[in-house]
Amino acid sequence: MKKSLSLLGAAAVVVAMSGTEVVAQQTLAQVKQRGALNCQVGLPTPGFYALSADGKWSGLDVDMCRAVAAAIFNDPDKVRYQSVTSAVRFTSLANGESDMLSRTTTWTAVRDTQLGLEFAGVNFYDGQGFLVPRASGITSARQLDGATVCVLTGTTTELNLADYFRANNMRLQSVTNENVNVLVETYLGGGCDAYTNDKSGLAARRSAFPNPNDHVILPETISKEPLGPVVRHGDQNWGDIVRWVLYGMIEAEELGVTSKNVDEMLKSDNPNIKRLLGVEGNIGQGMGLTNDFMVRVIKHIGNYGEAYERHVGANTPVGIPRDESLNALWTKGGLMYAMPFR
Amino acid sequence: MARAAATAQPAAATARLSSLVNDSFARAIFYQLLTAAILVGGIWYLVSNTIANLSQRGMAAGFDFLDYTAGFNIVFTLIPYREGDSYFRVFQVGIANTLLVAVIGIVLATLIGLVMGLARLSTNWLIRTMARWYVEILRNTPLLLQIIAWYFGFFNLLPVPRQSFDWGGAFFLNNRGFYFPAPVPQDGFGWTGVALGLGIVAAVAIHRWARRRLEATGQSFPSVLAGVGLIVLLPTATFLATGSPLGWDIPALRGFNFRGGLSVPPTFCALIVALAIYTSCFIAEIVRAGIQSVSHGQTEAARALGVKPSRIMRFVILPQALRVIIPPLISQYLNLTKNSSLAIAIGFPDLVSVWMNTSLNQSGRAIPIVAMTMAFYCAVSLSVSLLMNLYNRRVQITER
Repeated sequence: MKKSLSLLGAAAVVVAMSGTEVVAQQTLAQVKQRGALNCQVGLPTPGFYALSADGKWSGLDVDMCRAVAAAIFNDPDKVRYQSVTSAVRFTSLANGESDMLSRTTTWTAVRDTQLGLEFAGVNFYDGQGFLVPRASGITSARQLDGATVCVLTGTTTELNLADYFRANNMRLQSVTNENVNVLVETYLGGGCDAYTNDKSGLAARRSAFPNPNDHVILPETISKEPLGPVVRHGDQNWGDIVRWVLYGMIEAEELGVTSKNVDEMLKSDNPNIKRLLGVEGNIGQGMGLTNDFMVRVIKHIGNYGEAYERHVGANTPVGIPRDESLNALWTKGGLMYAMPFR
Repeated sequence: MARAAATAQPAAATARLSSLVNDSFARAIFYQLLTAAILVGGIWYLVSNTIANLSQRGMAAGFDFLDYTAGFNIVFTLIPYREGDSYFRVFQVGIANTLLVAVIGIVLATLIGLVMGLARLSTNWLIRTMARWYVEILRNTPLLLQIIAWYFGFFNLLPVPRQSFDWGGAFFLNNRGFYFPAPVPQDGFGWTGVALGLGIVAAVAIHRWARRRLEATGQSFPSVLAGVGLIVLLPTATFLATGSPLGWDIPALRGFNFRGGLSVPPTFCALIVALAIYTSCFIAEIVRAGIQSVSHGQTEAARALGVKPSRIMRFVILPQALRVIIPPLISQYLNLTKNSSLAIAIGFPDLVSVWMNTSLNQSGRAIPIVAMTMAFYCAVSLSVSLLMNLYNRRVQITER
């Protein structure tokens, strides 16, 4: 009898544990009720999601979290940051722990269609490259035949690396880990000949090295890495909010609306600016926000260009020049193009 | 039920029901059925709930992904693997690597543990004290910490390939791994294998014969010495007679690193060293406790009967000590096997690392992958447990 009772107890516990269920279409209501946005970022990385000594997050991807919080609450600080390894990022989003993730995640077909994810746009166009010690004398990725390469596990980077070596008939020894800090430590200790990641990530990491100039990024770009914020599949309204906050920031830059002049711009006669700032139309209400949601975003965060220059631009330690890169506005030869606000 | 029917009461339905309720056998059947129904219902609820939730969130489920191309590199594989192989092959690679770590770790931990356990019983103060500190310090710090310390504090700090430690131009140790010559069997090497097999069979036969003779006549025969001689000498003689048909593939520095020969990565070395040393502390204590559990009176009694000191250990102390040693030793072997999953911290590609981490991420199939991993660890633990329990039954003292 005792045995069957304990069996029953065990079954009851398991059933109770499986009971959590994420209800689609209600993310915005949940966030409002909670009073904070659960935004997932990665392990601290300069420029994109950096953690200061006093525990404050900042960066281009962090600004995406702050912008969404500003659009909902008119307060960019109403964000609870969740810093998890890339290996568990999608599980954390799928089970409802995170409302969105904003952490240099590559948009791919399999992720979009099979993992229950919804990519809300691209906030950084990147490509994978290699970082090597300057003293090694390596000047091209084609010289890496037989090299040991450090790579983050569970990433598209890992697959691209294997593809590149396979396509070029080169021998690969990969040292993998799920913790980027362990990898960087291994690379700096000489445990691998090269460290591979998205080039922005390489630049960001290098900026925090003891001697950044002792390391060079090789010229080859071996993959397309469109990085952007991600939400759960199934709640289209929530996906729309994140997507249009991002587009709004890009549109604001194109229209010349900045955090400094946004109040004057409210009086602008330009119908595009009027619609963006909610003076005309009801774009915000259609998503369950206020019509002036972009005013809030631009006041607290600024437009896309401001966020870029603040965290990863040429004048920051990370130092990724924007002019003539893919991340310039489409009007300046780049790919940053917001769908029309109307 | 049979008893209920046998009672010569009038066949009123209520009376039959109450006798059924009062029948302890019928009640037991009812409760068993109820438990089984709830268990099956619970499992069905879990599975259907999971499938429903997955499809509701647009996430793919099922085992079809096992045929898909994995596409990532694995730094160390015991069995052949290429980037174009399937996820199922990755699963096999992970299993092979985990078993390799477990087997080598268990052998090393047992050897070190035995030596340390005996050292703790030494009459020499210095040896005894050093063994005690070894055990106390190493078993009281977390294993994860020790694995990371061995990797970052030792194996990652070794010199680069060009400045490797070099032993005789054949063995090299650097921060990319440990490189050693690979044996390359040539024509006729099979005969050496045959000779080895014959030697083992002959040794077992001699051992059995010697034992029967000892029990029948009391005359002893050095069967262990003869057996070892057969197992070593017969293959060696065959090997030389067939013209030493074995070549060596010696690693050589080419490009970035050594090529040729065999190699294990530094993560493997760190993991094995940490696992073996950590587990050896527990084994040392088990060995010490086992030997001390045999009361000193047994030794004195054997001595009084005139038994030789070497035989006192073999025939009086050890059989009784093993009875105490084997059961906790099983647990330690299982612990080591399961602890090998901590390899993920330093990135050695064991099952958890390549399967539950990398493959899970690349394919997104969390549930089948976690289920397969759990099934593997469960199967391995139960097998080790079964084997060791069979052995345990043999060494248990037969009480008459």
